[in-house]
Amino acid sequence: MKKKLFNKDVQILQQKSNFTWQLRDNMTIVLFLLPAFIFLSIFLVYPIFRSAYYSLFNWNGMGPAVDYVGLENFKRLIADQIFLKAVRNGILIVIFSLVIQLPLAMGLALIVGRNIPGRAFFRAIFFMPYVLSEVITAIMWLILYNPNPRRGFLNAIINIIPFLEPQAWLADTRLVLPAIFVVLTWKYIGFHMLLYITGLQNIPKEIEEAALIDGVNSRQMVTYITIPLLAGTIKTSVYLSIIGSLQVYALVWIMTRGGPVNASEVMSTYMYRYSFVRFELGYGSAVAIVMLLISLTFSIIYFRLTRKAEYLA
Amino acid sequence: MSVHDLKRRKRFKKHSPVIFKYIILISAAIFILFPIVMIIFGALKTRGEFMTIPYIPPIPPRWGNIKKVLSMPIFWYMLRNSVLVMITTTAGVVIIASLSAFIFSRIKFRGQNLLFNFFTLGLMFPITVAILPIYLVIRQLGLTNNLIGVILVQTAFQLSVSIVILRNFFMVVPSELQDAASIDGCSVLGFFWCVLLPLARPSLAAVAALTMVTSWNDLLVPLVLIDKEKLWTLPLGTMQFQGQYGMDLSLVAAFLLLSVIPALIFYLLAERQLVSGLTAGALKG
Repeated sequence: MKKKLFNKDVQILQQKSNFTWQLRDNMTIVLFLLPAFIFLSIFLVYPIFRSAYYSLFNWNGMGPAVDYVGLENFKRLIADQIFLKAVRNGILIVIFSLVIQLPLAMGLALIVGRNIPGRAFFRAIFFMPYVLSEVITAIMWLILYNPNPRRGFLNAIINIIPFLEPQAWLADTRLVLPAIFVVLTWKYIGFHMLLYITGLQNIPKEIEEAALIDGVNSRQMVTYITIPLLAGTIKTSVYLSIIGSLQVYALVWIMTRGGPVNASEVMSTYMYRYSFVRFELGYGSAVAIVMLLISLTFSIIYFRLTRKAEYLA
Repeated sequence: MSVHDLKRRKRFKKHSPVIFKYIILISAAIFILFPIVMIIFGALKTRGEFMTIPYIPPIPPRWGNIKKVLSMPIFWYMLRNSVLVMITTTAGVVIIASLSAFIFSRIKFRGQNLLFNFFTLGLMFPITVAILPIYLVIRQLGLTNNLIGVILVQTAFQLSVSIVILRNFFMVVPSELQDAASIDGCSVLGFFWCVLLPLARPSLAAVAALTMVTSWNDLLVPLVLIDKEKLWTLPLGTMQFQGQYGMDLSLVAAFLLLSVIPALIFYLLAERQLVSGLTAGALKG
């Protein structure tokens, strides 16, 4: 009875307001989405189509592209040993991160994510390098890696230890990639640690409490409960390492320029050299398109995988 | 096993792993802090001291290098350019992304999913991959050697992740609030401005912090788009400075220290916002 009395007024009011919302809705939708749409179209989508077009030309960036070569750039790319080396180095960096960096990050997260005194302090320190630019990171480590033991800290330490010889680090074709990997770990381990900490916080306390009551010890807890429940976070972390390895540019460029003898070449330095040092823009575009396809492939696989996982859960 | 034994084992189990954990934490902290401390030491030494005693604390500290960097006009140009680019980019990203995120979180319309996928294209690949095509477009627009070009590109590439973060936060705002606002005669714009944005302040701060750090540290966009010395941003200038003065390590260290300080201060002030922005962007993206 009471409801009926009110209903009429409310209905009228609602109808009125719904009507005005709806009338303005279409306008609002367009107006609100337009700025982002324009930005993304001009600076994301259009450039990529443009680049795909230029990748079919032999073009030095001066004047219009007229020297059509078809897929010649791509054939040259696949046949180029240096490009293959860059791809191989990228894969090595991904493997290094999966085998070394991610377990370390997870270990730190397992320690720091718990109620250990001083955890906020340690967390802040581990995450700090993420805020420093790659330029600063690269130059700092250049100084540490200086082969002269009087200047470079690493060799100074090695000089003290008997039976160890000072190394050329960044000038040594065998050591340069591991040396760069140490810097990458230094910079990004805190970020991955943070991801795991967030993942850990999302695990309901009840599950661990229940396990404790069942007499599970801490090693069993980690291997059978915590890590399986972190599966989603681990996937994200793996995906970000893969995309990140495609993105590594400033660190490598400043520390080694991809050298010595292309030993630390990665795809982005290769692309940069051809595009902005040699100004072979057609060929550079072909490299960019290949990198784009690789990252798109991984992104699509990742989004498929995570969506499925969410669905199952 | 006696009760006493059990107790001892328990105590051992309780304490020894904690010590072990601290050993791990402290060695990791040393690994992380070491390069930063070395830069601070180096910056406060003379060139000669840096060559002969690089690993000893700078006692007494020498302020000569710091003063020298501070007296270089180019340092102040770089600082100004970086601040300018960072603030404009951040403002642009927060405004543009919140408008789109609002639509995607609160209003249903046909083709929404397709459009949302388009808006999150930026998550699919890093800027490094697209820098050459972007350079070509900016050249076409005549915006090379112009900070506006840098701002536009940085804004565009930060939009996707910001839209995703903000949309997720906006979706948590209960729809009853929207109904109430609507009944009270509030327009869509009014609801967005007076209800949603104030409620979403922490998420706006997270997006802003994330954008600020990304913009402040970006090397690639200014490197590719800017030639003029007066328009260099700090990362670009730092790289050039190292190339020019690479031999004088203590001066380079002073330069690094001065360009790190703003980032570190910002980090200490906005760690929480930054962390929440980063994890939201990564885990929900």
